Amino acid sequence: MADFFNEKMETMSRDEMTAVQSERLVAMVKHAYDNVPLYRQRFKESGVLPGDIKSIEDLYKLPFTTKDDLRDTYPFGMFAVPKEELIRIHASSGTTGKQTVVGYTRHDIDVWAESCARALVSIGGTRSDYVHVSYGYGLFTGGLGLHYGAEMLGATAIPVSSGNTKRQVQILQDYGSDIICCTPSYAMFIGETVRDMGIDPKTLKLRAGYFGAEAWTENMRREIEKILDIKAYDIYGLSEIAGPGVSFECKEQTGMHVNEDWFYPEIIDPETGKVLPDGQYGELVFTCIGKEALPLIRYRTRDISCLTRKKCSCGRTLVKMAKPKGRTDDMLIIRGINVFPSQVEHVLLSLNMDPNYLIVVDRVGNLDTMEVQVEMTKGVISDTVKNIEAVEHKIAAALQSTLNISAKVRLVEPKSLPRSEGKAIRVIDNRDIK
Amino acid sequence: MIQQLSVFIENKKGRLAYITKVLAQAGIDIKAMSVADTSDFGILRLIVDDPKAAIGAFEKEGIAVSLTDVLAVGVEDAPGGLARAANTLWGNGISVEYAYAFMKREKDIAYIILRVDDNERAIKVLKENGISVPSEQEIRY
Repeated sequence: MADFFNEKMETMSRDEMTAVQSERLVAMVKHAYDNVPLYRQRFKESGVLPGDIKSIEDLYKLPFTTKDDLRDTYPFGMFAVPKEELIRIHASSGTTGKQTVVGYTRHDIDVWAESCARALVSIGGTRSDYVHVSYGYGLFTGGLGLHYGAEMLGATAIPVSSGNTKRQVQILQDYGSDIICCTPSYAMFIGETVRDMGIDPKTLKLRAGYFGAEAWTENMRREIEKILDIKAYDIYGLSEIAGPGVSFECKEQTGMHVNEDWFYPEIIDPETGKVLPDGQYGELVFTCIGKEALPLIRYRTRDISCLTRKKCSCGRTLVKMAKPKGRTDDMLIIRGINVFPSQVEHVLLSLNMDPNYLIVVDRVGNLDTMEVQVEMTKGVISDTVKNIEAVEHKIAAALQSTLNISAKVRLVEPKSLPRSEGKAIRVIDNRDIK
Repeated sequence: MIQQLSVFIENKKGRLAYITKVLAQAGIDIKAMSVADTSDFGILRLIVDDPKAAIGAFEKEGIAVSLTDVLAVGVEDAPGGLARAANTLWGNGISVEYAYAFMKREKDIAYIILRVDDNERAIKVLKENGISVPSEQEIRY
């Protein structure tokens, strides 16, 4: 079994990598400047010319790109190739506003597929594996990304897509899927369904899973590993940069290797835009140094992460990024305090409650209110009101000490909160602050 | 002692109808019930003819349920009947968390379900004072 999909790129020395990155950056900056009007204008405004960029060390001189830039040029305004060169379009879900549309040339699709193939190999994937893809197929990048990655590796892709969970389980059982890819919340749901159908997960061949596209915690990793009896790995990506596979966890499970020969990462101070050193948390920024159709320069992801170049036991020299602490988009500001849904999840798991919750934010008069609805679990139901209220108070106290904010906790019936087969609905914000 | 089922229900329309339908479809007969409620949720306490089958039916539907041991006492169906039982428990330092009436009654006996803080001692002192504490078998059939 091979340890690497592309040993040369995944294990090269720092100097060699810097040389590759510098060469690609120089070419990419010229390509963006020549073909994307917005970049030409931005470069002029900040007084930089492509000729000023001689190596990766010059990157900081370039202006940032944001999601708003993609929205303002909707749908194709930032594409840098004629449409003859395009072979694929994807788009973000558009839950937080207008969709952002991304395009790929054949080369871009190959880059993305190889990113996913590298990932699959790093968790022990081989040509003889069945890769069960339960991400949604369609405009969303989840499904097709892992699908092409599995095919590039030479494994067998099973394009189940999301939904029809009993059929998912049937396929896991009958086809003998080896690796599953989906959102972590859907993995939990599939795990619950396996149990509900009376199947012992130990009888399934499934041994590993790549889960991404939404925030999840270490506790949730343990839950998924337990309920499905597999190893659960994190995979990161965003459609603007490529899709899943921008970075991936190896067997060490301590951060995600960035495919930095194509996606150059920086961590910046979100306030000042200044680049932060390794080990410091800040906003993650990517430059697509190997892509043709959408050569984004210093794209601000709004994910909060940090980088480390410490040696990894897997042998990869690719820089590692920490699991994002949260997204600035997911972040709720309640009574002036930053609240990430993942913190609520962490509190529930620490109290041995299932992480099935919904945060409802509202405004009464001028005061924000936060209610956390939590599904009742078997061990919590009691014959007296006071015992159930004691559980609610215990959760509220734990939330107070973690979030520094008081929340009303309300236990609700099991399986009554909206379950999703894509991204979990964790927040309902009823405040109308405009 | 008697096994009581406690079912967690949210204060939403149709929940009681749903819960009772689950029991009806499983062919389970409700022998006694009471509801404790707050503004957000309620606890439906049930004595049924087949608690094991009822738990199976509830869990299949994903309904949160737990089992608690409670007492049934048979008291004289006349003024002062319950008072005698309650005073016996109070006089022995046993506190009653909640109580509700049984639907079935026989001749001059009314049955009351009691949740107390010490089942064993409650049974002992009630019996010593001539108050009947029927078994699960006696009360259900």
